[in-house]
Amino acid sequence: MANKPFAITLKPGTSLANLTGSWRSARPVYLNRLPPCNNACPAGENIQGWLFHAESGDYEQAWRVLVRDNPLPAVMGRVCYHPCETSCNRGQLDEAVGINSVERFLGDEANKRGWKFDAPAAATGKKVLVVGAGPSGLSAAYHLARMGHQVEIQEAGPLAGGMMRFGIPKYRLPREVLDAEVQRILDLGVTLKLNTKVEHIEQSMKDGGFDAAFLAVGAHIGKRAMIPAGDAAHIVDAVSVLRSMEGEDKPMLGRKVVVYGGGNTAIDVARSVKRMGGEPIIVYRRTRDRAPAHDFEIEEALQEGVLIKWLSTIKQAEVGEITVEKMELDEKGFPQPTGEFEKLEADSVVLALGQDVDLSLLEGVSGLEIKDGTVQVAPNMMTGHDGIFAGGDMVPSERTVTVGVGHGKKAARNIDAWLRDITYAPEPKHEIATFDKLNPWYYSDADKTVRPMLDMIRRQTSFDEVQGGLDETNALFEARRCLSCGNCFECDNCYGVCPDNAVIKLGPGKGFEFNYDYCKGCGICEAECPCGSIKMVPEDI
Amino acid sequence: MSFQPVKFYQTGTYTVGNRLLGPDERSVQSGELRSNSINSGHRACQGCGEALGARYAIDAAMAESNNQLIAVNATGCLEVFSTPYPESSWQLPWIHSLFGNAAAVATGVAAALKVKGKTEVRVVAQGGDGGTTDIGFGCLSGMFERNDDVLYICYDNEAYMNTGVQRSSATPPTARTATTMPVGKEPGNVFGQGKNVPEIAMAHGIPYVATATVADLRDLEYKVRKAMKMHGARYIHIFVPCPLGWGSASHDTIKLARLAKETGTFPVFEAEHGEVTSVLKIRKKQPIEEYLKPQKRFAHLFGKHAHPEMVEHLQAIADRNIRKYGLLDEEKAHG
Amino acid sequence: MLKQIEGSKAVAEAIALCRPEVICAYPISPQTHIVEALGEMVKSEELAPCEFINVESEFAAMSVAIGSSAAGARSYTATASQGLLFMVEAVYNAAGLGLPIVMTVANRAIGAPINIWNDHSDSLSQRDSGWMQLFAETNQEAVDLHIQAFKLAEELSMPIMVCMDGFILTHAFERVDIPTQEQVDGYLPPFDPRQSLDPKEPISIGAMVGPEAFMEVKYLAHAKQMQALELIPQLAAEFKQQFGRDSGGLVRTYRADDAETMIVAMGSVLGTVKDTVDELREQGHKIGVLGIISYRPFPLQEVRAALVNCKRFVVLEKSLAVGMGGIVATDVRMAVSGTGLKGFTAIAGLGGRNITKASLHKLFLEAEQEKLEPVTFLDLDWDVVNKQLEREKQNRHSGPIAENILYDKGMSTSAAKFG
Repeated sequence: MANKPFAITLKPGTSLANLTGSWRSARPVYLNRLPPCNNACPAGENIQGWLFHAESGDYEQAWRVLVRDNPLPAVMGRVCYHPCETSCNRGQLDEAVGINSVERFLGDEANKRGWKFDAPAAATGKKVLVVGAGPSGLSAAYHLARMGHQVEIQEAGPLAGGMMRFGIPKYRLPREVLDAEVQRILDLGVTLKLNTKVEHIEQSMKDGGFDAAFLAVGAHIGKRAMIPAGDAAHIVDAVSVLRSMEGEDKPMLGRKVVVYGGGNTAIDVARSVKRMGGEPIIVYRRTRDRAPAHDFEIEEALQEGVLIKWLSTIKQAEVGEITVEKMELDEKGFPQPTGEFEKLEADSVVLALGQDVDLSLLEGVSGLEIKDGTVQVAPNMMTGHDGIFAGGDMVPSERTVTVGVGHGKKAARNIDAWLRDITYAPEPKHEIATFDKLNPWYYSDADKTVRPMLDMIRRQTSFDEVQGGLDETNALFEARRCLSCGNCFECDNCYGVCPDNAVIKLGPGKGFEFNYDYCKGCGICEAECPCGSIKMVPEDI
Repeated sequence: MSFQPVKFYQTGTYTVGNRLLGPDERSVQSGELRSNSINSGHRACQGCGEALGARYAIDAAMAESNNQLIAVNATGCLEVFSTPYPESSWQLPWIHSLFGNAAAVATGVAAALKVKGKTEVRVVAQGGDGGTTDIGFGCLSGMFERNDDVLYICYDNEAYMNTGVQRSSATPPTARTATTMPVGKEPGNVFGQGKNVPEIAMAHGIPYVATATVADLRDLEYKVRKAMKMHGARYIHIFVPCPLGWGSASHDTIKLARLAKETGTFPVFEAEHGEVTSVLKIRKKQPIEEYLKPQKRFAHLFGKHAHPEMVEHLQAIADRNIRKYGLLDEEKAHG
Repeated sequence: MLKQIEGSKAVAEAIALCRPEVICAYPISPQTHIVEALGEMVKSEELAPCEFINVESEFAAMSVAIGSSAAGARSYTATASQGLLFMVEAVYNAAGLGLPIVMTVANRAIGAPINIWNDHSDSLSQRDSGWMQLFAETNQEAVDLHIQAFKLAEELSMPIMVCMDGFILTHAFERVDIPTQEQVDGYLPPFDPRQSLDPKEPISIGAMVGPEAFMEVKYLAHAKQMQALELIPQLAAEFKQQFGRDSGGLVRTYRADDAETMIVAMGSVLGTVKDTVDELREQGHKIGVLGIISYRPFPLQEVRAALVNCKRFVVLEKSLAVGMGGIVATDVRMAVSGTGLKGFTAIAGLGGRNITKASLHKLFLEAEQEKLEPVTFLDLDWDVVNKQLEREKQNRHSGPIAENILYDKGMSTSAAKFG
């Protein structure tokens, strides 16, 4: 530059000498916020995390991230009531991401491609007994096995799966799907002893030389209601009906079947009856919007021809007929009798009024606390008895497969800690990436993919799976609807929108860094970050 | 309009980049090796839309010309904040002459390149709205009429910001500036007839005219790159919010540009040889208030001594733009 | 080659021989013939490669030249009068940026009242713009100065105006020796810009410079013009070597050796002055002439040396610093400060008023007798002036001055008289 005109002509790019970072009164920082889906998942899945890989079409990696938390994605993708979708931020934009359907796609892909779990950690030499091969027990066994513990499941029934097999009809969960996911867990080296009812837990632990136990026996005893009934009236409980569906001999319920209750089990029974050629009528004492069953299941049942009598209670059951009383809701929403009666044809009555836990294996075990028919556990899932943990339907909580799986994972982590004589401390939760943290402008308009449904005639006459799955194309579409709430997905917005070039792009997969030498703190990066992964923090001045 | 062959439903073409896109489909701004034509350390205010718009546009032109680019700059914020002695932010050959002559200087540069046979080197001229729609208008029109091989880019922040926020012919009606104070019977800038320079450019029949905003990077880059593929006089009018002059939060720069487009107050379109060839449709139509309220320059339209009739008038102008350019899809227009 | 040719055409041919690469043209009398001729040469490809650009204003003309020069092209334009004023901002800018643009100024008066005829008000108004200004006495000199001007401008990276009297020179058919291309090529090397806009070596031209460096920048421009004082005679000498004639330089004296009275002037009027001086010399008057060729830079030493031996001098100038007097005279007096020389200023020929030998004869004799006022207005019609002044004294709404003067002179047909 020596021969160039003084002062008027300047060297290019020399403004780097001017560190404009000193202008700043607030600095942007990158952070991860907890996506609402992850926060809502009872199984503690890192949903956003696995969708991230699915978005790029790397389904195997997506599945591997998924099964770090839940070994049963193909099952989950069918039976989970997906609270993740209820809380999904995309629901405020158009419709929630079909997380459940992508999960099922990944689970099915794994089964189709024969993906195996990563090998377990080095053996610890510890033995853990898991009682019950339902979702909770299988989940605990899986996690414990991956941690290197020797696990044995003792199951009273003839097959693994618990309620997934004996409570959920085939048309919602084909058995080969369940079998494949159970087998993958067993392939980790988990021992499964079927038809092995644990009569006394302490004795079983002693006999097998177990260092700890996880109890997940479920709730299989159908609740009874006091219904005046004639001697010959055919009254059975829903759990027994659903269980017997799995055997050779289908239950004999007759043509007209009244199902009493308004939960998912009542719906399952009614839809099963329909498929066996019967004419089910659900009798429920309250209204549709107050029924505990999921509305989409009620809707599907109605579509298939299940009749439902809302605001009705059964007053009397006789051979071939029942008497129902019409109810009305009081101001507080409780059903009150009206004195109006009606007779219905009924070859049998199935009670679907909830289930109780068989706690007989705990008799004589010290330190336990039983309340309302369930075992009380500490936050670490341990019962009052040292080394005995419990989860699933036998502890107080919502009784769903997903909650059970979550219990299994949580218990496994705590059992592992307990075996190592340490305390399991979960990572502190990030703040939640609520909708207001997002800049939804940047997300394209894309409605949720509708999963194919089986045609009506086959729904009414067979136990074929009602809801179809996604194929690769629409699974990718659906995965890409994820907003990646609270977690950078490398959209380059911050890098692009900075008027001061103060964002350094580190390269694919490496994210970004702020260059505080030049960042003036304007906050455009935070405002324009689609997923809420940047936060402005005041500078100490 | 901008076109992304592979559509990603998560973000589509709205974000700067997308990790799932192939290298040749990415925006210039998402590249780690973008030219950063304006280097860090420039003295633009926090959240300056013009600094951003200029980097977007010039980087795109650099990419399209394989870095064979010369820039001519009118006097104004962009010039002042980028080249105060002894530091320059520009990383390409750059010249500033005067406030009102950028288009003519660019003509001269282009002529020199032509006569020397340097056909690979291209020329852009750039200025603010004052330097373009007011004082530089004569030179601009001359450059258009001669169809000189220059891409002229106007960064429109709707007033003379460098001198302390005075009204220009691009200042919208009702806006407060230092010379259109919000006092009297008609507070703020008057409802004049406006001066639609992109349309005036089109009236010259030049090969390419486009408008863009800093809120739609992919669209902006597409237009600059398209313009750079052409020869002759080309004009791109880029809407760049000014936090200082508009009394808006520094982090709202892009949001306001987006709202200007989404309300219809700033129509985004392109035209070839005087004919509109495409418009960027409004995605989610917003009432004009959404755009006005975050800006203190319009504060006198609201609150205690509100002027709803003026807001209505501004809404009518936006609605006219929407009709005139067909900014809404049919179903949205009637929905 | 000797040609009987119009001054504008001759200059156009000289410009073409200098191989300009970009020419900006905007019509204004009396320079129009120059760019018209050049335009034809470019269009016929007689002059190539060259870009001829019909701009929309003088402001654009100079701006285009700024751009083309900054991008390394030899750049030329021509203007006059109002046109020069219209481009003033760019004129200063070109100098500030150190761009070696060559511009012909066909000197013409500045309005109002609008007037297309010759005086020096236009280029002298750009005295402080940072441009060099050379004044041609004849069309031959105009041709020669243009050739020297490109070399001078490019050597220093400073713009230069070659000033030639409008109509008197531009439109006069005279015999002019037009050099050959070989001669000019041998004298004027291709343009090697000191700096240029080039993607291979990016620079930022035209920075904002604050108080910390502005004075230095300005001083450096001044220093450049001081260098020009040495370079101009050198280039004139080289020119003589190549072309075999005296042309250019800083100043030129005529019959000055024993002169007691010196007449100082610029441009074509020197011809009339010399004729008058010849007559006076024949009558025995010790009178000589100092012609100033380089008005900017102003050759203080050379002027002083040329005048120091006389007893008195008259600066005859075609320009007026309204409210003060002479413009060139001020500089000449600066040159002789401390010598005690008696100096007179004669304002003459404004707006194309004819400067006759008779008037000069009278003026020079009065000067010799030191009977002149410090500032004399040659051939001013005092009758008309005094009438108007009288009217204005009586009534401040005295109507348009020009109209009244026409009336007083009996030239107005409408006979509109106000007040």
